Amino acid sequence: MTRILSVLALLLWVSAAGAVQPDEMLADPAAEARARAVSRDIRCLVCQNQSIDDSDAELARDLRLLVRERIRAGDSDTAIRDFLVARYGEFVLLKPRMSSRTWLLWFGPLLLLAAGAAGLAVYFRRRPAAPATEPTLDAGERDRLARLAGEDRP
Amino acid sequence: MRRRLFFLLPLALFAAIALYLGFGLTRDASVLPSALIDKPVPAFSLPGLAPDAPGLDDAALHGGVTLVNIFASWCVPCRVEHPQLMALAREGVPVYGIAWKDKAEDTRAFLAELGNPFRAVGSDGSGRVGIDWGVYGVPETYVIDREGRIRYRHVGPLLPQHVEERIRPLLKELGG
Repeated sequence: MTRILSVLALLLWVSAAGAVQPDEMLADPAAEARARAVSRDIRCLVCQNQSIDDSDAELARDLRLLVRERIRAGDSDTAIRDFLVARYGEFVLLKPRMSSRTWLLWFGPLLLLAAGAAGLAVYFRRRPAAPATEPTLDAGERDRLARLAGEDRP
Repeated sequence: MRRRLFFLLPLALFAAIALYLGFGLTRDASVLPSALIDKPVPAFSLPGLAPDAPGLDDAALHGGVTLVNIFASWCVPCRVEHPQLMALAREGVPVYGIAWKDKAEDTRAFLAELGNPFRAVGSDGSGRVGIDWGVYGVPETYVIDREGRIRYRHVGPLLPQHVEERIRPLLKELGG
């Protein structure tokens, strides 16, 4: 049983190999790991739903090499992202940055939810409250009540 | 009456968002706006297609309204748009070319076969200058104003209607 399970586990194990070719990789493993991390956040503009780390497109390869070049030149992760955003726009980042132009993107759904909740709260507050006292009965109704209550007694 | 208007507010908000998103569905999401609109052309210097050919640099794009066409010999839509470039060049519009990720001899063969509309062609074999321009595919065509600022980018082949509806009016507006 365990053998079957371990074979299954091996078959199902998916490694994050990406599209990086051996000739692109940096010699220093720490720098290469950093390059992979930065690349995973950069959108491949040809196949726009993949990162450049995953995409086999030629432009993705060019951008991967560019990221590694900038790491070797000593740029910080932020500087590398800024470099690419200056050329390709905010869309090149897979995770939009927080800025005055993207706050609506980030907080819009939350704002809508809050507005909806506020609307509900106002609606429930405005509903007429249940009467504080029981309605009073006049003489005829009291007699009727007494008769009905009396009829119930065995 | 005010109560009723208040209840219509979520519906109105929904309608507004639905219209906005519906309009978005009609647009082609793969066409990206250039991040360099109204910014100066990036500094660059590219060799020509032959050892004795002049090449192209950013200085050539100052002083007049110009078109820059990013193309490659291996690019099929570039063949489709080529007649439009030839027509614009014949009318006297300064058109410059950047051969993107192409071998110089292949580019020369392409231009020999289809005609050369370009005042000068820069050979960007590595595509590095293309990255500075924000190029993400071919063909792309840029309209540059007198001060050397990028004013418009057209992604994909330049079809006659694009020339009539977008390029010509812009050239006229910029005084080209």
